[in-house]
Amino acid sequence: MWGLDFSLVDWEEMGQATIDTLKMLGASSLLTFIIGLPLGVLLFVTARSNSAFFRFIYRVLSLVVNILRSVPFIILIVALIPVTRSIFGVSIGVPGTIPPLVIGAAPFFARLVETALREVDRGVIEAATSMGASTLQIIRKVLLPESMPGLIAGMTITVVTLVSYTAMAGMVGGGGLGDLAIRYGYQRYEKEVMIVAVVFMVILVQLLQMLGDRLVAHFTRK
Amino acid sequence: MIELKQLTKSYGKKNKATTALSKLNLTVNKGEIFGVIGHSGAGKSTLIRCINLLERPTSGEVWVNGANLTSMGKGELQQHRRKIGMIFQHFNLLSSATVYDNIAFPLTLVHTPKAAIDKKVNELLALVGLEDHKNKYPSQLSGGQKQRVGIARALANDPDVLLCDEATSALDPQTTDSILKLLLDINRKFNLTIMLITHEMHVIQSVCDRVAVIHAGGIVEEGPVTEVFLKPKHQVTREFINRESTGAEALKLALSSLSSGSSRQVKITFLGSQTYDSLLSQIVRETNVNFAILQGTISTIKEVPYGQLLVSFEGDAASIDRTITLLRERNLDVEVMY
Repeated sequence: MWGLDFSLVDWEEMGQATIDTLKMLGASSLLTFIIGLPLGVLLFVTARSNSAFFRFIYRVLSLVVNILRSVPFIILIVALIPVTRSIFGVSIGVPGTIPPLVIGAAPFFARLVETALREVDRGVIEAATSMGASTLQIIRKVLLPESMPGLIAGMTITVVTLVSYTAMAGMVGGGGLGDLAIRYGYQRYEKEVMIVAVVFMVILVQLLQMLGDRLVAHFTRK
Repeated sequence: MIELKQLTKSYGKKNKATTALSKLNLTVNKGEIFGVIGHSGAGKSTLIRCINLLERPTSGEVWVNGANLTSMGKGELQQHRRKIGMIFQHFNLLSSATVYDNIAFPLTLVHTPKAAIDKKVNELLALVGLEDHKNKYPSQLSGGQKQRVGIARALANDPDVLLCDEATSALDPQTTDSILKLLLDINRKFNLTIMLITHEMHVIQSVCDRVAVIHAGGIVEEGPVTEVFLKPKHQVTREFINRESTGAEALKLALSSLSSGSSRQVKITFLGSQTYDSLLSQIVRETNVNFAILQGTISTIKEVPYGQLLVSFEGDAASIDRTITLLRERNLDVEVMY
């Protein structure tokens, strides 16, 4: 078909690459959420604080987040090689990709969290305040449950973005589907491998988006 | 129960600040329903939000149930806020929680045991008549039902005071009446102090014991509803009351067409059981004065009937004077207008 010979594809290697991608994606997504969620909440809360000290904290956090978000991911990978080596002892392979993935995606996710929290009705927060809720109680019992659909939508966008980041992370020997597509397709002109790898990634993104949309619908009460 | 001392609230920077409230003093007694009426922008919303310090006053003191809220730290204020229930114009329910969980919310904040929460929530559901809706989400309820959830939620911590911030302004007239009736029931059942703000005289007239009229950040008139409503002194109060009564134009026409000779126009106010007595006809029969009714209303102020008649007396001056004296002897309020 179109002069393509899919018998050239090494399915075992393709399977290993898929597993590597899922590993990178799973670990980096989890860490991104663990770091990005509190960071986003902190951005939201400090921006609205009455205290000058907290608004200063907001400005510092906001600046750091903006800087990290403006550095191209490919440069971030290279720049973080020493950091990665000091954490994992290696800067290549699946573990080598985790720090740049997380540092690239967490500030992005934090902004999405902040935006989702801003969508929460101010009146509801006020009602909770009037009932004597503390800031922590408002975060746990009002902000997070009320913004759940927005948070899940943000998570979906972040995971999908991480799929394309993992492909780039393949450049530093991280492995995975993106790496396979680049090495075989771009560097060795073996279109078949590239096509299969890209199709796999398309399917992965579709599945993730579908799951995200389902969850958003499940949690939407408006 | 609530005492506001020299309450001032201004917004913005010092040199170009706008003042929402200026040196306002107000006392709400235990067990009463106190209404504050004012146009939008008069400062009534700021006033009620200053009571639980959702807005921090620029200066002045807020005392609720003997405690000075304005002098408290954050933790102590949170404790005291639990005893001040509040309901809102737009209900402000948690959209992600069921009716049951919304009502339970204030109880979960103070780590109430599950069994105690369940007992309290079921009592409140029965009180506001929403037993059948406890597993629904707010988006599945009507406006009136949402406000009932709001009321139940506000009562969960057995508050000393209930603040109502335009609680019926987003509801249709019938629903408004049912919510007002519920507030009145709660007030009587628990002897709960209620302070409400509104821009509708109807709300004041239906449930309030005392009323304050707020205008340009200050209180211009204050007193028992019967007094303020039947004998308004300030221009703003009159505007609110006249908006309720129709036919102001027709009255002007009637007055202008009257012969200016031997007639006098008086406004007679009947209150309570007098409202249904035939006092006027008894007295004019005695004094031999004729009358024409120019305008008349009969209604209730918080379930107390009242009537107001604007009549034109015709006859000789001495008989008219005697009629007025006799009416006053029967404890009717007579105001000679023209």
